[in-house]
Amino acid sequence: MAEIEGIYTIWLRESKRFIRYRSRILTSVVTPLLWLLIFGTGLGSAVRFGGNLPGGYQAFIYPGIIGQTILFTAIFSGVSVIIDRQYGFLKEILVAPITRPSLVFGKAIGISTAAVIQGIILLFLSFLVGVHMTPIIFIASLLLMIPISVGLAGVGLLIASFTDSMEGFNLIMSFVVLPMFLLSGALFPVTGLPTLLQGAVYLDPLTYGVDALRQIILGYGAIPLSISVTVIVVFAAVLVFLSALAFNMKEQELM
Amino acid sequence: MEYMVETDNITKKYDNFTAVNNVNLKIPRNSVYGILGPNGAGKTTLISMLCTILRPTSGTATVNGYNVVKNAKEVRQSIGIVFQSRALDDILTGREHLEMHASLYGVPSDIREKRIQEILDLIALGEKADEFTKTYSGGMKRRLEIGRGLVHHPKLLILDEPTLGLDPQTRENIWEYITKLNESEDITVLMTTHYMEEADQLCDEVAIINRGQIIKSDSPINLKRELKADTITIQVDKPDEFIEKVKTLDFVSKVFQDDSTIKLMVERGENLIPPLVSFANKNDIVVESIELQHPNLEDVFISYTGTKISEGR
Repeated sequence: MAEIEGIYTIWLRESKRFIRYRSRILTSVVTPLLWLLIFGTGLGSAVRFGGNLPGGYQAFIYPGIIGQTILFTAIFSGVSVIIDRQYGFLKEILVAPITRPSLVFGKAIGISTAAVIQGIILLFLSFLVGVHMTPIIFIASLLLMIPISVGLAGVGLLIASFTDSMEGFNLIMSFVVLPMFLLSGALFPVTGLPTLLQGAVYLDPLTYGVDALRQIILGYGAIPLSISVTVIVVFAAVLVFLSALAFNMKEQELM
Repeated sequence: MEYMVETDNITKKYDNFTAVNNVNLKIPRNSVYGILGPNGAGKTTLISMLCTILRPTSGTATVNGYNVVKNAKEVRQSIGIVFQSRALDDILTGREHLEMHASLYGVPSDIREKRIQEILDLIALGEKADEFTKTYSGGMKRRLEIGRGLVHHPKLLILDEPTLGLDPQTRENIWEYITKLNESEDITVLMTTHYMEEADQLCDEVAIINRGQIIKSDSPINLKRELKADTITIQVDKPDEFIEKVKTLDFVSKVFQDDSTIKLMVERGENLIPPLVSFANKNDIVVESIELQHPNLEDVFISYTGTKISEGR
């Protein structure tokens, strides 16, 4: 009971932070819109993808851009633990009588809440790219976004537990976030790629998230839905477990 | 359980550097206990081990009767801690910090609101309680942190350099506040400081630490006797008569006799030599020699360690 309360408390703080940084919410909606409206329209008109992209290129990247928004929010919120540490707030939480797994889980679902809210805003904007939204698609997408964001929050938390300062931020961007985004098939179909690239694409956990979202929203994809969903859920569980483990092990250095 | 904190040769080593070296402390319940030492002496490391976030390399400690390694959770529930560095979230209000702390420490929800109001009254944040902490002054932030440490009725409140970086007036407010707290609540206060006057004013007992070792521990009155007061050493022809007379002077706080020399404990001794000599003459006592000493903490440190407290390591 005490642990559940602890998880709730951490979640509540994370959610409050998200809501109070208004500029962050605005950015989180404007950035994907830029991708959809400018990049999507531009590339969609310049390149003909033939008949294999029903609904057009903009619609094709729409689930990908939702995935991207979740990716950026979740990883950077996870990494923000570094800021908590620099401001000393992490100590207050670490010295409380609550277990490390509860702490990490509370953080992960708090971050997930923020990411899912952004995803929901994008789902409401589906008409902009000509995608037809139904309540069932809406709810199914929502349910799918939860494990995707929890897993990615786990990635962020794991990185944070091994990083001392925000100076590593650019490294994280170049070596984790951008590769995950570009390899996920958010911007291009993952079938018929050169072998090496193909392999990398299937190693990227976000590929499964984007593909599953695409199947739910647009009705087509490259990977069977059951496999994608399984990969996402297992990924989320493993990452939360790993970051809890890392927090436990690195506890003394985190102070 | 006479003692709130007892350490048994507690030691923390990093590679080939020993931060805390075989420290034995006994902190009586309901006292204000100070750990005084220069920066880098091992104060924060010692505190971190007592609040279970750092594991001792060897030795052990109990807090409120619980072992800091085996019963970490019970120890955490027994203590409130205010860290040396700020541990506040800019974008939460003071009240929210207290609420968050209350639920992390399992304060029952039916009494939570009442307890938070009590704390808010105690730390006198006024209307600021519902504003983001980024708008607070340094003193308010400190008071909030101290108040937060008290929400769950801890038996031991640990303050790591509570007035570091505060202006003199705020510092005195915090001192007053800590004293009041110790009187009104059933609580033991353990604080670290490198300000001598802070230890003086607040603590019932002070342990002086340097290079990870406790050099000396005693009540500030006893330490002051050695450290703070000036000593006038005087030799006269009729010592017994002089002692009787000199005791009546109000600027003389204590008189010690050591064979033929008499030691007078006074403050600002440099101003007192002429009046003392004429006082003796008036009573037909001849002063054979008179000497003034200003012993202070620096002297004690230098004599024990060869370094100054302000330099430390």
